[in-house]
This record gives sequence, structure tokens and C-alpha cells, in this order.
Amino acid sequence: MQGVEGFMYPNEVELQWSVLIVLYPFLTGLVAGAFILASLERVFNVEAVKPTYRLALLTALAFLLIAPLPLQLHLGHPERSFEMYLTPHTTSAMAMFGFVYLWYLMAVLVLEIWLDYRRDIVLLSQSTTGVTRLIYRAMTLGSSNISERALHIDERAGWLITVIGIPSAFLLHGYVGFIFGSIKANPWWSSPLMPVVFIFSAMVSGIATVMLVYMFLTWSRKQTIDMRCVDTVARYLFYIFIIDFTLEMLDLIHRIYESDESFRSLDFMVHTKLYVSHIVVQIFLGTVTPILLLGATQVLNLTDRARKRIYGLAGCLTLIGIFAMRWNVVIGGQLFSKSFLGYTTYKMGLVTREGLLTAIVLTVLPLVILWVLVKLLPPWPERHTRPDSVIAHAR
Amino acid sequence: MNLTRRHLLLLLPAAGVAWKYILAGTPEVAPNYKLTDHWWGMLIDLTKCIGCGNCVRACQAENDVPDGYFRTWVERYHVTDYDIENPQVDSPDGGRKGFPPAKDPSGKNFFVPKLCNHCADSPCTQVCPVGATFIGPDGVVLVDKTYCLGCRYCVQACPYGCRFISPKTETAEKCTLCYHRITKGLTTACCETCPTGARQLADLKNPKDPIHEFLKTHSVQVLKPYMATHAKVFYNNLDGSVR
Amino acid sequence: MNAFRDAGHLFRLAGVFAAGVLLFLVLRSFLVPKSFGEYGHYRGNALAEIAARPVNFAGHETCETCHADVLEKKRDGKHAHVNCEACHGPLAKHADDPSSVTPAKLDAAVLCVRCHEANAAKPKSFPQVVSADHSNGLPCDTCHQPHSPAIAAEPAK
Repeated sequence: MQGVEGFMYPNEVELQWSVLIVLYPFLTGLVAGAFILASLERVFNVEAVKPTYRLALLTALAFLLIAPLPLQLHLGHPERSFEMYLTPHTTSAMAMFGFVYLWYLMAVLVLEIWLDYRRDIVLLSQSTTGVTRLIYRAMTLGSSNISERALHIDERAGWLITVIGIPSAFLLHGYVGFIFGSIKANPWWSSPLMPVVFIFSAMVSGIATVMLVYMFLTWSRKQTIDMRCVDTVARYLFYIFIIDFTLEMLDLIHRIYESDESFRSLDFMVHTKLYVSHIVVQIFLGTVTPILLLGATQVLNLTDRARKRIYGLAGCLTLIGIFAMRWNVVIGGQLFSKSFLGYTTYKMGLVTREGLLTAIVLTVLPLVILWVLVKLLPPWPERHTRPDSVIAHAR
Repeated sequence: MNLTRRHLLLLLPAAGVAWKYILAGTPEVAPNYKLTDHWWGMLIDLTKCIGCGNCVRACQAENDVPDGYFRTWVERYHVTDYDIENPQVDSPDGGRKGFPPAKDPSGKNFFVPKLCNHCADSPCTQVCPVGATFIGPDGVVLVDKTYCLGCRYCVQACPYGCRFISPKTETAEKCTLCYHRITKGLTTACCETCPTGARQLADLKNPKDPIHEFLKTHSVQVLKPYMATHAKVFYNNLDGSVR
Repeated sequence: MNAFRDAGHLFRLAGVFAAGVLLFLVLRSFLVPKSFGEYGHYRGNALAEIAARPVNFAGHETCETCHADVLEKKRDGKHAHVNCEACHGPLAKHADDPSSVTPAKLDAAVLCVRCHEANAAKPKSFPQVVSADHSNGLPCDTCHQPHSPAIAAEPAK
């Protein structure tokens, strides 16, 4: 049969999960990572990363809004997906998705953003006109109380939500890892390390994204980049990347040393069909290189200019590497036969429902949403400080 | 003699159910069928399988299985001497058209029919997010095609490769153990047409079922026992190389 | 009291959430299929719907009610345990309406070799031949009677 080497069970030849399911953990990972970066400032009082706080929250929201779309598009019957809410099967990791997602979206992200932005929303609802005014009015929920006490309550509530939000972010992405890690039939997936690796790679990708978005937006607004902030973000990226890499290598070494019945088959796959995406792109280009680059900025005394360039490059490589990691997990897990006697090939469609074009649109869409969100709820500190005088007036 | 053959059929109903009813089917489980009285499985005697492919063809005729997908199929194993970890396996078109002569007649050659194992602890029903696939009170793992999302998680979870997504309905599909037959007192299409009796439908709750005597006197095994799925398709004379 | 007033917007938000949850619960009670949960976490009616599918293979008991003569012929032969539809194919429609649906004539040249063509993977005790050498091109049923194939047992008529 075409694209098949050795023996596959006859129903295994066709891949079940396409590039869209690669995209899904990639996008949710960015959400979880961005949120955890935001919570650094709030809960752990890392003052230096403050300029990225609101941006990180908006980035998380933009990606979270799109995250379920690739899932919807790959379902045979998207119109039935609400059944996950009606009759969730308690033994299914996937059934919990709807609830974990809703919890994270409504109880954590939207709430935290709302509380943090409430003063701005109220002031904007008074200073704007037309449709935008209506939007802001709706967002105030009809309460324009921005007295010091009210804002203090918001601050306290926001802190509490961030504290709840950190385990929630871990839950959101750890659970995505569990969807794969709990499939005992598939030795490439089945591993208790899977959720942990997913969480750390999520943090890596989320931090890298916020760093890149912050640097890009500041540059495009012709403002100066706060180097203390970017340095701190990059340092966290470096540390967490090392943990992530260690975990991935632990998984790899464990597999090699144990060499269970599936090992020969998986080893062959990694050296053939997955060689480029796993060894070259994921490990060398997307993990070792950015770690070395970030390490260099820690050790060497480099100019701001050089550091900015290195951060930009390392950030891009990181995202490529994490995407490759998702690819290797999702696609790699379906290329070998569960008989361990053969391999199939993934043929990605181009303009099909689950093809490359859809994947590109779904990757760009969160950035468009982020652009809208940034317009609607400006995350910049100068806007943040300006209304203070207005408040003085209001009082 | 006024009695036509057709009338005779109505007077001598198969398994106590009117023939007309068997043929047409109505939206109730057969009146004489009690869900809790059965616990279905299958016995496959590999010493009898000749790889004719009758089961595969019968399954497709009976269940309208889409082309290129299989609810049951037959594999051919070739093992050289002691090298049981490296069998050579082939299954051209799922064995639907039988098998060409073996490439290497030396060593050990044999056929292994496969189908859904109707596991008592099935990973596929465990992972279904909405309860669209389930094990019935009579031990048959089924798919509710009007409720299935087509998320494909069950296909990933099956260790035996028994599930697929039907291109017609975009929902998960698999062996139903000919549920529409066994609930009417018939055997499955594959068992009905197996010329050597290598496949035997078994009701594990029926003390009179010959499977009990067979299990008592033979070395039987299930596929991938380490998966702990409590498979109910039992293989006699299963070679260690089969996976 | 003041604290309550200053947290008023939070209560409004809680109200929005509560309304959302309530709406969900109401919708859920309407949308979950009636038979769901009858036997387990699935739609109970699905069992009957799957069981309702019509059959294509009538089953040998059904065949034998009319074709008692063939049963007699098979009884002592090597094919006694080979069911009718193993060779004749699915014939439920014929069983339902024997006069208007007649089974197709079988081709022994195709049919016999399905089982009896020699293959190293077949059990050694199973009768198998290399068809090209075995009959010099003669159809199998020249010598073997399919319902009772052993030549000594019942010579071809």
C-alpha cells in the first residue's frame, strides 16, 4: 500500500489526528505559558516584568478564544460537540476539556482581565462615543463604581484569581498532556511525564510569545524597549527551558534504557520519518540552540542591541521548536503500527478542512484577535497612568 | 400441499422469532432476548483457520463495511525458527481475497483472524467523551452513530486497531458482533460462513455453551493480555509472535 | 454596608454567571436524550436501533427448513459442517421470497480453490492441492460433488 512500510493493521494506515490537533496543544500551551508569566508579576511580585503583565493576559485570551477551533474543525460532527457539556463521560480525559476550558476562560482569564481593566473600562465608557461606548458600557455591567475602596476590592479579588489561576493554567495544559499520556495503547504517548513535559514546554512557548509580541509592539509604536523587563523575561525563559529540556531528555533516556517491546519500532521511526522534525528541528534547532543563545546572554556582557537580536532569534527558534515538539507527539504517535511491525505516512492536505491553509489561518487568527483586544483594551502603561487625573476630577 | 415454503418458515421460526421479523428488523430488541442473560465473546481456533477470507467478505456483505476499512480481517504470520519477536506479517486487502502462496514456506506459517475483542474493560469506551460508544449489559461494545462526535479518540485508544472512522457517517465504526443477528438467535455472519468452524460465537453466561468445555481443555489466550482490557475473543493455539 | 456597595459590580458579575449556569441547566434538561443512562452512560435506545438492522445471511437453520435434501446429502460427507451460505453467499432475500429471488449459479473453479488451494500457512491436516497440477484444467466438480466431495463416498453422477 502507498506510504506504508512493513505491516500495519489495515485500519491504521490513515492518520486520525491531523495538523489541526498539532495546533491545538500548541495554542493552549501559549495560553498557559502567557498566563503563568503574567502571574509572576502579580503573585510573586517580580516588578521588572510589569510592562508585559496586561499584554500577557490579552495574549492568553486571544489564543484561548481560538484554541477550541482546530478541535471543532477536525470533528466528524462539529454540530454535536455540545454533547460534551450535556453528557460528559467522567472516565474520559477529553470530556473534561469543555469544563476545564470554560473554567479557565470565564473564571480565570476573563475575570482577571475584567477586574484589572475595570477602571479603564469605566473611564473609556465615559470618554468614548457611538458603538465603542456601547461596548464599554456593556463591559461595565452597569456599574461605574471606581472608588478607591472598589478598586482595592478588585485588586484583592484579582490577586486571589491569579492564585487560583496558576494551578488552573497547569490544569489546562497538563490535562492536554494527559489526553495523550493516558493512552496505554500507544507507547509513544503513554507516559506519566507527558503532562509535566507539556506544562513546561507550554511555559516556554508562552513566555517566548509574550516576549516577542512585547518587543514587536514596542518597536512598532516607536517606543524604547524596557531592557530590564526583557532581560528578566529572557532569564525566566532560559531557566524554564532548561527544566523542560531536562524533562524531555529524561523521558528519552528512560525510553532508551528501558528498551521495552516498542523501543525498536520507535527508535527506527525517530531515525527515519521523524528525523528532521524530531532530532534536527525540535532538539537541535528549537531547543539546544535557543538555550545556548539565552545562556550566552547570561554569561557574556553584551550590548542592548545584541541582546535584543539574540532574544528575537531565540524566541522564534523556541516557538519553532515547541511546534515541532507538538508535531512529533501528535503525528509521530500515529506513524507507527501498534503491532510495532510497520509505519505509515502523514499526507497533509493543503486546502482541505484539516489542511495546511486552515492551520495557517488558525495560527494567524489569534494575532488578529490580539490586535483587536489591544485596540479595545490598551495594555500600555502611559494609558494606564493618564486617567489618574480624570479620577481626581471624578472624585 | 398448500403450505408454501414461505409459510413453513413462519411456522418454524429460527430461534423462536418470526422470520419476517428477523429479515426486516423493528426498532425493538427481539422480544425473546434478555440483555442481562448474555455475555458475548468469541472463540477462534487458529488450528482450523485456512485464511479463505470468507469471514471478511461475509462481514462486509452483512454490515455494509466501507471499502478499505475492516471490522474483521485476517493476518498471515511467518516466523523463522526461534525469532518470535520478528514475525513477518501480511494481510493483503485484509485477507478479503484470500492469500497468495507464502513467500517462504519454511519456518512457521499461520493465519490469525482479528476482530473487535469486545473487551470488558475497553479503553475505547473509557475515553469516549460523550458516551457514544459503550459496552452493553450483554457484553457487546457498540457505537451509537447518532451520538458520536467523530473525535477519533477511541480509534487512538484501541490497542488492536479494530476501529475506524466511516467515511459515510463520519462516526466511529467497528465490529458489532453482528448485534442485529445475535439478538435474534442467529450467529454472526463471520461464524456462519466460516467453513472450518475456526470462529465460534460464544455466550459466556450460557452454561450450555460449548465454549466452557473448550476453555477447560485447551490452552487459550487473548491478544495483548498485558493491556489488561479483559478481551473476550479467545484464541486457541495463539503463537507468541502474534501481536 | 459600604464594603457591599463597593463590591456591587462583583455581585452583578456573579449574577451574570448564575444566569449562564441556570440557562445551561435548563437547556441540558431538554437536550439530553430521554433514554440516556437507562443502562449506563449511553443512549439506551441505541441498543435496539443497532439490533434493528436487517440481516443478509439467513443462517443455515433457515436454509435447512426447505432444503432438507441437501442437508441429507451433506450429512455424512466432508462438508457436513460447512454452512450453506459459506459457499452460496448471503441469501436472506431468497429465504424471504424463494420464488422471485433465485440464487446465482456458483462457479466451482473460483469457489473450491478459495479454501483448497495449497498454502504453507494452512493447517497441514487441511486438504489442499495446487490446483494447476491437480486436475489438468478440469473443473473440480467433474470429479467432486460439492455437497459431499470425497470421491469414494459418493461418485459423481
